[in-house]
Amino acid sequence: MNNRSASNSIETNKISEIFSNQKAFIAFLTAGDPSLDKTEEFILAMDAAGADLIEIGIPFSDPIAEGPVIEAANERALSAGTTTDAIFEMVARVRTRTAIPLVFLTYMNPVFVYGVERFFTACQKNGINGIIIPDLPFEEKGEILSVAQAHDVDVITLIAPTSQDRIQMLAREATGFIYLVSSLGVTGVRSEIKTDLAAIVSDIRAVTQTPVAVGFGIATPEQATTISKLADGIIVGSAIVRLIAEHGAASTPILTDYVRKMKAALV
Amino acid sequence: MSKGKYGIHGGQYTPETLMNAIIEVEKAYEHYKNDPAFQAELTELLNDYAGRPSRLYYARKMTADLGGAKIYLKREDLNHTGSHKINNVLGQALLAKKMGKTRLIAETGAGQHGVATATAAALMGFECEIFMGKEDTDRQALNVYRMRLLGATVHVVTSGTMTLKDAVNETFREWTTRIDDTHYVLGSVMGPHPFPEMVRDFQSVISKEAREQILKKEGKLPNAVIACVGGGSNAIGAFYNFIPDAEVRLIGCEAAGCGVDTEQHAATIARGSLGIFHGMKSYFCQDEYGQIAPVYSISAGLDYPGIGPEHAHLHDTKRAEYVPITDDEAVAAFEYLSRTEGIIPAIESAHAIAYAMVLAPTMKPEEIIIVNVSGRGDKDVAAIARYKGENIYE
Repeated sequence: MNNRSASNSIETNKISEIFSNQKAFIAFLTAGDPSLDKTEEFILAMDAAGADLIEIGIPFSDPIAEGPVIEAANERALSAGTTTDAIFEMVARVRTRTAIPLVFLTYMNPVFVYGVERFFTACQKNGINGIIIPDLPFEEKGEILSVAQAHDVDVITLIAPTSQDRIQMLAREATGFIYLVSSLGVTGVRSEIKTDLAAIVSDIRAVTQTPVAVGFGIATPEQATTISKLADGIIVGSAIVRLIAEHGAASTPILTDYVRKMKAALV
Repeated sequence: MSKGKYGIHGGQYTPETLMNAIIEVEKAYEHYKNDPAFQAELTELLNDYAGRPSRLYYARKMTADLGGAKIYLKREDLNHTGSHKINNVLGQALLAKKMGKTRLIAETGAGQHGVATATAAALMGFECEIFMGKEDTDRQALNVYRMRLLGATVHVVTSGTMTLKDAVNETFREWTTRIDDTHYVLGSVMGPHPFPEMVRDFQSVISKEAREQILKKEGKLPNAVIACVGGGSNAIGAFYNFIPDAEVRLIGCEAAGCGVDTEQHAATIARGSLGIFHGMKSYFCQDEYGQIAPVYSISAGLDYPGIGPEHAHLHDTKRAEYVPITDDEAVAAFEYLSRTEGIIPAIESAHAIAYAMVLAPTMKPEEIIIVNVSGRGDKDVAAIARYKGENIYE
């Protein structure tokens, strides 16, 4: 419980700290798949296995940036009756056990309809450190930015292979970490990542010291090794969600094993 | 800086991966909309290929039968491919050509937009892939075969509610996968800027013609213009050039399905609330947590949980009115127009006919209503027969 963020009402580690002197492993899972009790158990297990930050997906009926694996997890979670309020309660329970940085991933509508002020107040109260919203581009971030900042929640910047002339504009204002999207398309496991990530990282480095984590398509320890050489961390989503889809409530030992292997592969 | 705003609505709520693609469309459209050569080429396509201008037909028997306002029908059903959708598709396909794209992708609900896109692709030499919900490929099987006949690949969408909303999700996903050579021909006045504005401009030919036609025939403006609304492209096209004419009532007819007091409807204005989805801030049918509702209508083209941002603004400012029309009312109007005027309307358009049947008898004989018949009903015949308890071969 070192490096506490003073302005949060709950004591949590800062996002930036996970990148100091090491490459970070960021694990994603969808809240409520298969149940919120299990999500709580999986988060604690992945934390214990070496994950440095957990991205918690708030399920949405229409996750347009997701591939079939995470889309199906969203459907399972919603069919199980998962709500934003119940997710905040689960996060509060997690926060009694760990200080690991927690970041939400969701879409604009669940945040907007919950009420932006109400949503970020609850984030701060329950110790959420950041938020990733795939359908909130730079041009529209005024929708939440000042409120999120007032509640000490980083709005994570996404940079894509198609960002090109936008990279430096996006990177300059980034806080927490930068989510570098490895490939075109939606989330999902890929056998090959073709984007010239080194060139994008170099463009980013020219304007900011904010750490860069690469996500989309990473599943194997070999990929983790390759990608981690280029960036400050890696993000794994679909590969974890697929394990949860296969093993359901019995996923804990499988996730522990997987996260250990992936963390060990980072260089 | 947020662009494409209509009051509080609109915007560009799109994943970063697509932002440069959307900016590219925006820049190209800004350039070509003021290019006389582009406009001349588009007009030639609209006139010689699609059959414009569409007729403004005085529905004499319907007017006499209902006993009130004079009813004119704007015959978008007579366009090539059978609906207003071709107006927008020819504009966007021509723009895509100028942008150097070689592949068109599109969503479709009833299949009319998919057929129009497949048609333009065949005409102009694009590769074409259409995304359509499984429920819609079942109820609009004829249009699926038409698209294939025109050389398009039809992808059956089995995610979510398997209708128009899910087809839009899947087309956005496809676009993020392959951007360089591909243009997404969005079919309605929805999505991120510049789509609501661009699609409205391409559809506004409807009211441009209708305004001139009614002034020529009657020497005065209509008292009301009625159109059906899903995303709202035919309605905005029918309204747009009448918006400055404050005395002309603009009435959009939403799909009320089994009724707005049931959970089986797609009445966004009557029952929706403010949200941000499919690239835009507007009204959506959704729950208290912002989960988009599984909507329902007999009409695949109106079976959509949102409405274009300009309509949301016209509602806020009270410049336009939006009324819910049930399946039963629409089917009754479908049969009524068929028998009374010998015109089989699309089941979507029948929602507008249904409200004209309510409104006309309350108006004076010297008053005028224009109803936009956005499409023809051949595609719906088998489904209406099923609704009436008959099984026929499609």
